[in-house]
Formats: sequence, C-alpha cells, structure tokens
Amino acid sequence: MIYELKTPVSDEDIKKLRIGDVIYLTGDIVTGRDDVHHRAVLQNKEVPYDLKGKAIFHAGPIMRKNDDGSYKVVSVGPTTSMRMESCEAQFLEKTGVKIIIGKGGMGPKTTQGCIDNCAVHTIYPGGCAVVAAESVNKVIDVEWLDLGMPEALWHLDVNRFGPLIVSIDTEGGNLIDDNKKLFNERKEPIIERITEKLDFLE
Amino acid sequence: MDKNNELSDLLSRFICYSSAHLPDDVYGKLKEMQQVENEGFAATIYDAMFENMKKADELKRPSCQDTGIIQFFVKAGTKFPYLDELEQSLVEAVKIATDKAPLRHNAVEVFDEKNTGTNIGTRVPWIDWELVPGSDSIEVYLYMAGGGCSLPGFAKVLMPLEGYGGVVKAVFDQMTSYGVNACPPCLVGIGIAGSAEVAAKLSKKALLREVGSHNPNPRARMMEEEMEKGLNEIGLGPGGLRGKMSVMGVNIEQAARHPATLAVGMSTACWAHRRGHIRINGDLSYDFISSKGVEL
Ligand code: SF4
Repeated sequence: MIYELKTPVSDEDIKKLRIGDVIYLTGDIVTGRDDVHHRAVLQNKEVPYDLKGKAIFHAGPIMRKNDDGSYKVVSVGPTTSMRMESCEAQFLEKTGVKIIIGKGGMGPKTTQGCIDNCAVHTIYPGGCAVVAAESVNKVIDVEWLDLGMPEALWHLDVNRFGPLIVSIDTEGGNLIDDNKKLFNERKEPIIERITEKLDFLE
Repeated sequence: MDKNNELSDLLSRFICYSSAHLPDDVYGKLKEMQQVENEGFAATIYDAMFENMKKADELKRPSCQDTGIIQFFVKAGTKFPYLDELEQSLVEAVKIATDKAPLRHNAVEVFDEKNTGTNIGTRVPWIDWELVPGSDSIEVYLYMAGGGCSLPGFAKVLMPLEGYGGVVKAVFDQMTSYGVNACPPCLVGIGIAGSAEVAAKLSKKALLREVGSHNPNPRARMMEEEMEKGLNEIGLGPGGLRGKMSVMGVNIEQAARHPATLAVGMSTACWAHRRGHIRINGDLSYDFISSKGVEL
C-alpha cells in the first residue's frame, strides 16, 4: 500500500502501516545520527525541538550557507541506521518520534521500541541524495551545529519525501531481518558449490 | 597561474566532477542491471538511482551526500616534472574541491574526536604511491571512501587448510550481514596474500579496476566469475530489498603468500562507486580515463 502522510502523524496513521508499505511524507523532520543520539540519550540532554509525531532522518547532509545566513541543502541521503541500534528505542521514548528514516535495517531493540512507542522504521533509497534534497522545501533552522555539519540536528521542511519503504512496523515485522534470513538460507549451498571448484592447494 | 597551482586546480576539477558523476564502466553496468531488475522495489530503486544521476549532473552536485574520506592511488612517473610538489597539490586540490563541489566534511581526528571541517587530517587525504621508472606522466586514481561502503571491509588471516573456500565463506558471510548497508549493488574487491595488511590494501586496489575487467590468472578469473554468479543468486537487490542481483562484479588481486598463511581482505564499493582515473602528462595535458571525452 502507498500512503501520503503529513507531520505530525497520529498513532492511527502509524498502526495501519505494514512492512513493505510505502510512505510519501510531507511536513517537518529533523536529521540526526550518531552524535545526536549520543547527546539526547546517553548524555540525556534536552532535544531542542518538539519531535512528537515527527520523523528523524538518519542523515548527514551537505549544506551550503547562503549570504543571508540561511542554509540550502545540496545533498542529503540516508546513512546506515544500524549504527543507532543501541539507543534508538530510548530516543523514540524520549522524543515521541513516529517515523525513523534511514537505510539498511535495524535490530531487535529498535523493533521492540517501535512496538512500545507505536513507531516505524523506513528505508529511503541509499545514495539518492540529490533527489532527496529536491524534496526539501527549506531548511527551517539548525541546532547542535557544534557537532559539525553532518552531525548537526537540521530541521527541514519536506514535500512528498519518499519512497519511504516501511521496514519495521508496530507488530514486530522486520523486512530486512526477513530478507537476511532468506539470504543466509540461499548462501550455504552456493558456498559449497563454489568451494568444490576452488580446490587449488597441491 | 603557475604550474603547481594549475596542477592543483586541474586535480580539484577532477574531484568535483567525480563527486557528481559515476565512471563510464559503472554507469554502463548499472544500465545493464536495470534491465534485469525490473520488478518490485528493485525497479523503483533503480529508477531513483538513475533520476539521482540525472539530477546530480544537471545541478552539478555530489550525487551522494557522503563524499567519503578522499583517497588517492598514484602511479607516479619518476620523471614527472612536478613530482616534488605532487603531494601538496593533491592536498590543495582536496581543499579547493571541499569548498567548490562542495564535499561533506568527513575527516574526524582520532583521539581528539573533532571534525577538521576541511577533509584534511592526519594522513588524510590518504595517498598511496607507486613509482613508474622513466615516465614523465602520472596516473591518479581517486576513491571516495564513504562510511556505508567502507563498513563491510575486513581482513583476516586464514589457515591454509581452510583453502580458497575459506575466502569465499568469509566474503559471503560479510556480504549477507553488512552488505545491505553498503548500498548494493556493490563491486566487491578481494585481496589474497600472506598477511592482513597486504590483503586489505590489494582489496582496495581491486576496486580500482574497471567493472567487467578480469584478473589475468585463469584460476583467479574463474573464482571472480563464480563468486559474482553466486552472490547474484543470493539476490540482495538494490539496498538489500531483494532482487535478482547483488553485485556489479567481483575483482580479485593477489600477492604471493607465506606457505603457512592465507590472508583475505575485502573492500566493497557501493553502487555510487565514485572512482576517478586520470592520466596527467608533463605538460599538464590530460586524459580523463574514467569519463571518456569529458573536459575538466
Ligand atoms: S554506501 Fe555509497 S551510496 Fe550509500 S550512502 Fe554511502 S557513499 Fe552513498
């Protein structure tokens, strides 16, 4: 199913999503990756935005500063979500974020976090950072810029941002986990077959 | 402009162009794969990839926001007139390109844990040198080592009795676990040698070889082909979302090993394999090998 959602999203919006559904998202989102999670969860600092019903985009953008001091997005795409696995569930609980956007899957802690906090993890096509930048209407503002350009908390206004492919849903479904199981099943006989052909030792 | 400035300027344009465009061989291979990956999410993602390449070209912007740690692999002619200043020119070129492209700030000093904000840092840009006796030209390979595509990288030393199958297993295990984070379809680079650091370095050199090229040793070539076929049968698809293929290819490079060790190294390049390759002559004329016909 394909859904058009606007932030702030409600629990009802999120509950009906299942892995494999696709979202196009309009509204305001923030970027945040390793350091934002470190600060918000491990150092327990106050996140300077109200993120209830909003989305966090695991991304470290390239930004250009305009002459008037505002910023423009040059290129922004997803980063590896798994790096945030250790504290994403706590981040959801603390902020009320409903949609996580990244690439690759996330693990059991985040899956439980999505069940407990009625949230989803979604995947945006990796490396498609100019297309993503084109769906940003404007950079609203930025906090925690002392962390450096890629690590800061950028507050973006986006229009029909997607495709966001739901990879973890509120029922515990985990698309990438399912895929990895399949990949691993397929792997063993293939390794055996190739190994037989590579008996080069004399 | 003096010749050294001219050289850093040329190199900076080479970096800017390579941040926004994939090399001819990679683009061609992805086009081929798009014909095969014509179903489900795979088709959607390939469409997004090509739309992205088009937009990056039109808007002259880095095609992926992660422009990586900048690495140069230089084959330096010992008679190249600017050899003494070449390292400085490469560093200068990174500074210029960081501002112009613009490149993302990716150099974080270890221990200080501070981003230098310039893409220059301790031993960064990373420069690997090979000397070419008697030549008055240089060949520069640029590689933008992104985070996601560097993540699956590893090197380890196997016992010889684990055999070449041990190499296959180590690579396949890594690809089915970390591979999905490296924005597949990947190019897989494998190094086989006697110790870990040699295998690791060769695995990166393998990525500098064109997609579709082959190791001249018939057994190595057979191993490349078998592994490519096998990885594709696993069907990671673009982004790990399943499909009919996983990789653009498998490139293997080797060095003679110790009788008692069989070391394997692996590096992966993501679909956005920003590998630039240029030859620069003594008079600073150039041949942009990875993007034929493009003027910088
Ligand atoms: S793996 Fe490659 S395409 Fe994906 S985000 Fe990293 S640099 Fe970009």
